[in-house]
Formats: sequence, C-alpha cells, structure tokens
Amino acid sequence: MSTPAWVEKRKQDIEEIIGRYPQKRSAMMPLLHLAQEERGWIADEDVEAIAEILGVSKSLVESVCSFYSLFYRRPMGKYVITVCGNIACGLSGAAELTRYLEQRLGIKVGETTPDGLITLLVTGECIAACDGAPALQVNLEYCGNVTFERADEIIELIKKGEDPAAISDRFGIPPVKAL
Amino acid sequence: MAFEPVLTKGIGELDLVDIEVYEKQGGYQALRKALKQMTPEDVHAEVKKANLRGRGGAGFPAGVKWGFLPDDGRPRYLCCNADESEPGTFNNKMLIEYNPHLLIEGILLAAYATKAAQSFIYIRGEFKRGYDVLVKALAQAKAKGYVGDNILGTGFSQEITVHRGAGAYICGEETGLLSSLEGGRGEPRLKPPFPAVSGLYGMPTVVNNVETLCNVPFIVDRGADWFLSIGTEKSPGTKIFSVSGMVRRPGNYELPLGVTLRELLEEHAGGLLPGRTLKAVQPGGASSPVLLPEHLDLPLDFDSVPAAGSILGTAGVIVFDNTVCMVRTALYYAEFFSHESCGQCTPCREGTAWTARILRRIERGEGTMHDLEVLRSLKEKMSGTTICLLSDFSITFLQSVLTHFADEFEAHVRGKACGVHSLEVRSA
Repeated sequence: MSTPAWVEKRKQDIEEIIGRYPQKRSAMMPLLHLAQEERGWIADEDVEAIAEILGVSKSLVESVCSFYSLFYRRPMGKYVITVCGNIACGLSGAAELTRYLEQRLGIKVGETTPDGLITLLVTGECIAACDGAPALQVNLEYCGNVTFERADEIIELIKKGEDPAAISDRFGIPPVKAL
Repeated sequence: MAFEPVLTKGIGELDLVDIEVYEKQGGYQALRKALKQMTPEDVHAEVKKANLRGRGGAGFPAGVKWGFLPDDGRPRYLCCNADESEPGTFNNKMLIEYNPHLLIEGILLAAYATKAAQSFIYIRGEFKRGYDVLVKALAQAKAKGYVGDNILGTGFSQEITVHRGAGAYICGEETGLLSSLEGGRGEPRLKPPFPAVSGLYGMPTVVNNVETLCNVPFIVDRGADWFLSIGTEKSPGTKIFSVSGMVRRPGNYELPLGVTLRELLEEHAGGLLPGRTLKAVQPGGASSPVLLPEHLDLPLDFDSVPAAGSILGTAGVIVFDNTVCMVRTALYYAEFFSHESCGQCTPCREGTAWTARILRRIERGEGTMHDLEVLRSLKEKMSGTTICLLSDFSITFLQSVLTHFADEFEAHVRGKACGVHSLEVRSA
C-alpha cells in the first residue's frame, strides 16, 4: 500500500497535532480528521499511515475509526447533507424533509448523486439545533427551519459550488429569537 | 424589573467572539483579579461557597468535585465537556459559538483553582463551527497573554487544547470522554476510581460542563454571595433552558433556577401552537421522565424536579402537545439509545436493541400485551447492571410514558388508532 500524500504534505501539521498532547496516542482522532479533510473519507492507506505515525496497530486505528459516525470509510460526495432525525426535528417533519430530499436528489439515504456532488445522510444523534427544527448540516455547517423551499435553495447553492459556511450564514439558526 | 441574563448577556447584540469586544464588557477582569489578588485556594473556596452545581446533568457541586483531587504531586488535568449531545439540549453550542472567551476565561480560572497542568476542551465533532470559533478565540487570547506561558506576568501558565470528537453520544459521559481523548473508542470506564483520582492518562482529572465553567468568571468577579442571591437556596444561579418541541418560540432562555415550567413555556417560549393542548414535558433531555400539565407550576431546579419524579438533567426542555404520539416518541428514543450504546455491557447492548425492536412492532400495530409486560420489566434488567448510566437512562422516559400513557400503547397493540394518529394512514 502506498503512503498517502498528506503524510508529507501535512508534515508540520502532524507534528503540531502530536505536540498538543502529553501522550502521542491522543493524536489519533485529530489525525483521522486530518486524513478525512484531505481525502473526503478515510481509506485503508490512511489507516495504515496513522498506525505508522502513532506506532500502534492498524486494527486499533480501524477499531477507533469505526466507533465514530463522522469518520467515513467510503467515498462521499463533495457535499454531505445530514438531516437530524432526533426528537425535535422528528416532531417538526424531518422524515418528510428526508423523503423530499431523496426525491429531489434522486437518491436514497446513504447514497451519493451520480455526479459525486451530494451524499444524503440521516443521523439519529440530536445535532443540538432543536431551536431550528427541522435542521440539517451541509458538511457540518448548520441550516435550520428547513422547509422544502429552503431545501431547494440550499441545493441550488450547492450546485453553484457555494462554501458550506456561507450557506450556513444564510440559512443558519439565530441565537436569539424575535418576539 | 426584568431579570438580566448573565451568561448570555450581549449574545445577539454584540460580537463577543472578538476579544476586544469581550474585554470592553469586562471580560478577562475576573482572570486578572484571581491571578493578582487571589490564591488558587481562594478561587476554589469562592466557587465552593457559591454552590455552583454542575450544569451538564448531574447537578453535582463543582467546588466539591474539585476538592476530590488528591494532592499527591501527579500532574492534574482539566477537561471541559463540550460534547453536548443530549437530545433537546443546545445551550453549550450557543455559548461556544457566541461567547467563546467566557468559556476560555472560565477554564483558566478552574485550571488555576485546581492547579491543572493542562486543559482540554472536548467538543463534539458536529460542532465544526464551534471548533473553528474556539481555535480562533484561543489564538486571540494567546496573543493578549491570557493563555500560554506566564499569563499576565504572574507565573501561572496554561495551555488549552481543543479536541474534536467525531459523532458518539457516549463521549458526553465523562469517562467515555476521557477514553476518547486518549485516542481510543469512547468506552466508559468502571467507577471507582473516579476521574478525580484516575482520569486522563490515569492522572487526577476534573471534567466540567461548558455552562458550569462559564459561571466561574462571574463568581470570581462578583463573589459567591451575589451568585447565591440568584435562583433558589439549594440551586443558586441561572440556567440556560433549551426549549424545543411543540412551542411557538423554541430557543435558549437563561433564567434563574427555580423558574416555573409555566413561566418558561408561556412567557418565554411563546406558549403552545394555536389550538393545541399540552400533553407532557421532558424537563431535562431524552432520559428525563415526563412531567404532566399538572406540573406547570413546578419550580425548575435540581431538587424540585426530582421531587416530582423527573430530573432537571441538562435542562433540555422538550414539549409534547396533543398531536404527539407517545409510542412513536418512545420509539425515536429507543432507536437513538440503541445506536449510541457503546456495546461493552450486555444488558445495554442487547437491551437497547430489543427495546427498539419491540417498540417498532408495537408502533406498527403488531405488538402483543406480553410485549408491554416485557417493556415494563426492563428496569430490573437494565438499571444498575452496566458500567455507565446509558442503560439506566435509556428506559426512564419509556417507563414514565408506559405509566402515564398506557392507553396509547394498548391502542397500538390492538392495532387501532391511538387517539393521535391512525395506524392505517401512517403505515401507508
């Protein structure tokens, strides 16, 4: 297996990450995040590289990686839309929103559009956006009160290549509610 | 006179993320005061006197917790629990995104009081924005000499490391958090030993919630007596109540502890949606047993809520009206807990999965009366039988709705409409 490019390219970042912790093994999750940032998902060679960097077994890296739902072990779309499926969003129509997105994108939950642009996911974990239910995240940037109309607008912005943070700036959840 | 918020003051009006704005509001003055005029013991004593009870769910006094650290020369660590994942809870997210310097100042004060060698903020992976805000705020604080070596020239040094989780509810449990921070699966550990004795890397460790730590600068700056003048005698201070579900204005409302459920829902959260009636309320996240309309005048504090049969928990207040089916709600939670069980302990791993399976068939109208008996018997099998409390907490809401809304469960078992929705329509 070849060494992934990020090991050399992000050498300084890797050293800085390891230096943050009293013990090297704590760098596991930050390195998994870094690998995923580079590739969009975590491939076998990333697992092997992290095991090598930290001096631990591949199976340990694999085991840690599989524990966390935000580490993706398969290729994802450039944009990952994650609909919150927990209680407050569920009460506010998250299931209907999900069905709408499936139909609008022509894919099922867990799938990626054929052009590789969008992956649609539903999370059972509450994403702490209950004041903007139903809520979703675009590459972990929040969008709240997602009506079908707002969902359409979000998808249009994605198709234009908009930055997820900018999408959230427009569709995010204000901290203080108007009276 | 309207109550003036403390932790959330300025949010939505001022750009408190900017350190200059935060300083203009008196920010970092408490740190200055503590480092220049108080010993670590003084700070600890003030927090203990203030009876600052942990805002993460347990309500355990932070000052007492800090006192459990053994003085044996080993390095100590402070971990801020920012893995806010309890369903219906979203106040830490707001504090981090809109008032990050308050948290940083609180961590510095707690680190000073507990003589921590290093501090960590464990922030849940979904809070990408919060992570970015904290990293930027820490860089600003470092440039101003509030974080790092020899802070404000006093000889006190402290590094604060932000550590991103990656999607696992159980990492909010303090020992699961530590396992995760050490680079492992977020599996909770058997207690004792408690983290105060054997925590991060086996060293004495304090784990405090974001909101708890955000109170510390005010306690140091204004004194314990000021803090004790807010809230109730045994639950002093304010609490940020996250209100969600079937209300007109879901949101975060910072109010004195002991505010009544009625005031919170009717005056702050805008009341129910037009034409609806109140069915039940969870006062503290997914695991809190339901309160009923008869509890509207209940004061929301750490002692009154348990006296009424529930818990204040994270103060994630979830409101259910007459359009909400309790069977389906129980199923939502059962699926959630089943997914989030770390799998170490058999009663939890198997119990949460079977609970979800049974509820799924009841919800579909395919359950039996025996299924209801099985669900009612879960307490003896899933409480007190596992390493952490996820197993116990996974069934508390269920037990409360099985008691108070038994008719809905029975209607589902009989395959008939439960009074909320018709099974035929819904399963189509």
